[in-house]
Amino acid sequence: MEPTTKKSKRLWWSVPFIAVISLTFYGCPSQQNLSSSGDAAQKVYVAPGEHDEFYGMFSGGYSGQMTVYGLPSGRHLYTIPVFSQAPVNGYGYSEETKPMLQTTHGFIPWDDAHHPEMSQTDGVPDGRWIFINANNTPRVARIDFSNFQTAEIIEIPNSAGNHASPFVTTNTEYISAATRFSIPLDEQSLNNQDVAISSYAENFKGTLSFIKIGDEGEMSIDFQILVPGFNYDLSHAGKGPSEDWSFFTTYNTEEAHTLLEINASRNDKDFIAAVNWRKAAELIAEGGGREISAPHYRNYMDHSEQRAKSELIETVKVIDPIENPGIIYYLPTPKSPHGVDVDPSGQYIIGGGKLSSVLPVHSFEKMLQAIENEDFEGEVDGIPVLNYDSVIHAEVENAGIGTLHTEFDGNGYAYTTAFISSEIVKWSLETFEVVDRIETYYSPGHLMIPGGDSMQPEGKYLVALNKITKDRYLPTGPELFHSAQLIDISGDKMELLLDFPTDGEPHYAQGIAADIVKERQIRFYALEDNNHPDAVKSEAETRVVRDGNEVHVYMTTIRSHFAPDNIEGIRVGDKVYFHVTNLEQDWDVPHGFAVLGAQTAELLIMPGETRTLVWEPQKPGVFPFYCTDFCSALHQEMQGYARVSPANSDTPISFGTGN
Amino acid sequence: MKTKERVIMAFAALLLGLVFAVPIWTIDMDAPQYPEGIGMKISINKIEGQNKNDLQNINGLNHYIGMQEINPDSIPELKIMPWIFIFLIVSGLGVAIWGNRTALLIWIILFVLFAIAGLVDFYIWGYDYGHNLSDDAAIKVPGMTYQPPVIGKKQLLNITASSWPGIGFYISLVSMSLASYAFWSSKSS
Repeated sequence: MEPTTKKSKRLWWSVPFIAVISLTFYGCPSQQNLSSSGDAAQKVYVAPGEHDEFYGMFSGGYSGQMTVYGLPSGRHLYTIPVFSQAPVNGYGYSEETKPMLQTTHGFIPWDDAHHPEMSQTDGVPDGRWIFINANNTPRVARIDFSNFQTAEIIEIPNSAGNHASPFVTTNTEYISAATRFSIPLDEQSLNNQDVAISSYAENFKGTLSFIKIGDEGEMSIDFQILVPGFNYDLSHAGKGPSEDWSFFTTYNTEEAHTLLEINASRNDKDFIAAVNWRKAAELIAEGGGREISAPHYRNYMDHSEQRAKSELIETVKVIDPIENPGIIYYLPTPKSPHGVDVDPSGQYIIGGGKLSSVLPVHSFEKMLQAIENEDFEGEVDGIPVLNYDSVIHAEVENAGIGTLHTEFDGNGYAYTTAFISSEIVKWSLETFEVVDRIETYYSPGHLMIPGGDSMQPEGKYLVALNKITKDRYLPTGPELFHSAQLIDISGDKMELLLDFPTDGEPHYAQGIAADIVKERQIRFYALEDNNHPDAVKSEAETRVVRDGNEVHVYMTTIRSHFAPDNIEGIRVGDKVYFHVTNLEQDWDVPHGFAVLGAQTAELLIMPGETRTLVWEPQKPGVFPFYCTDFCSALHQEMQGYARVSPANSDTPISFGTGN
Repeated sequence: MKTKERVIMAFAALLLGLVFAVPIWTIDMDAPQYPEGIGMKISINKIEGQNKNDLQNINGLNHYIGMQEINPDSIPELKIMPWIFIFLIVSGLGVAIWGNRTALLIWIILFVLFAIAGLVDFYIWGYDYGHNLSDDAAIKVPGMTYQPPVIGKKQLLNITASSWPGIGFYISLVSMSLASYAFWSSKSS
């Protein structure tokens, strides 16, 4: 007895100390759920020269691009130019890439890119392509994983605010793209009409588009479904038993056209639209649907000629649900649901429930049953509304405030972001009860688990894509990159591992095991396969040709010179085309091209590639051009001169490398 | 020479046919910025890169130090060597049919002499490439020459050059050994 008494006496001094320490840590959120820093550092440490386990493909949001990160390190690997011009390499500036940004509204140099979505085979990301939507001027892009370049962009007519896009079916048969904003579409022609905005309820309509994906990835709009004038927010295709269906959330079923924050938040329930895309596709294949005039551009990279081409497609086919029952149903869902996510088994359809106190989980089986029993509680413009009580499977309680998006770990758990309560909530797909929660910094929008929206998630890491950054990093003035947090979800408790800033304003992201993508990589373009009409394959073929007031310079680059590097005979008023072919045939030896006074960006020309810069010199003189990419020890020597004579001069065309 | 030795000799001669299909020597170059290596495969009738464009890239590197371009079309040995091997195959078969031990010895001696001549020629080419540098070279390191080793490893500025026999060389050795065995074996009879 005696020794014990002595010991406890001795420990008394520490009580106030422990109390102070506890109080200090209490209420310090960044210390919660953080695995000990050493552990966390080890889990995200990728040694120099080693590769990350996953590619993370993040949307750039209002940068209009897609950014590539390595996970778990959070290292920024590359930015893929998609919908915005990229001065960094001349995308959207060079003659070869300008056609990519062509639309029926003209050349559009920017957009707002939200949702990357990988191609799938049997419900699993297959590493062929990744699609992404343009929100503002409705378009969908396809990026080829073999070179991380934009391969195709298709414009979506009869749409406004292409937000619920692009979501892929389990074998990449289709990607869906629904209009966020409804607009006054003429009933027959679907032309956007000049009508009073206050006639919203009467005139405004939406469309759900289904873009068919060919074997080589080529996109074509197979059909559009005409739907009531709600806002269509997000989407996901079904999988497994539900693979023939796609689901779309709606808000503003109030059909408000002003002050939506109040006027579109009145209804207790909006809808999830369930679309039997297989049935619609069969209808179209059998010659159904109505063909209407709907000019839209399809821009694609001609890989043989290495330049983008634009083609104008004149029509689309439209399906009116009133005339074709059985294609679309509405599932009442509380309240202004944002995301709609289907669990890996394809049985459950989870609504975002943004303004709801519960997270609604619909059952696909019950939905089919309700359709069979015609268990309808009403109808909107010919679309049956299923009975809520008949389709709802569970309402997850206490899932946070402002729930937006859900992904899955493949081990029976779902993870949902809650924007307002700034947390991620983990809940069971068996008990539909919350089992864990972790704070994020601050206010997550989407979340991403590699493969987390597919049939085969890799439940190791979760990335929270936050909308608010504030004090997370060294401040950079009023404008901040958005913050992302990497969370370990391999154990029972979620653990915060890493906090990293992301370029632009990422919304959604997708992840894929690095090995799947790595083996598809092209290192450079084979010169013998370059069929660009303005390519020159050797220095012997280089030349300068005058054609009226156009001057065409057929130029080559190889370490470390241009051929030709002295050009004379250009006159003020000429339009000079520099067609530059990079003769290098080795990995990571691009050359750049810039000329003084060019009203455009540089060219960055990959080995084996041809790119064209247009220069319209304004003044006479001798103007240098040079290589912008530090290509070799003699990079600074890689330069040349172009002589510009006055408009009326008769300086003959001459060129060469001095021998 | 008994049937056994004649068969072995015929086999030794025919084996040389394989030398047309594989490199006889390889030169590999190792530098930090070439993590996957870069190199050349030297065959009796051609010089190729280890990877498709290595030769172009080696020439690109070499031009900094003013080394001559390696252009297989302008190397006469690549046109002569196939005939030497054709001669060895045909005459070797002749020796096998004839069965004359002295002829076999002469064949072996010729083969060894050709091999020595080949190595000497390889050294001379390497010496010429490594020493005969252009005055226009961008990078001139006083006293530095760039002769690759005939066999073994050598550090040349930032590059470690390794030169080793290729499969074709080993096939030739086997052929030579078989012929020598046939010569030795026929002595007892």
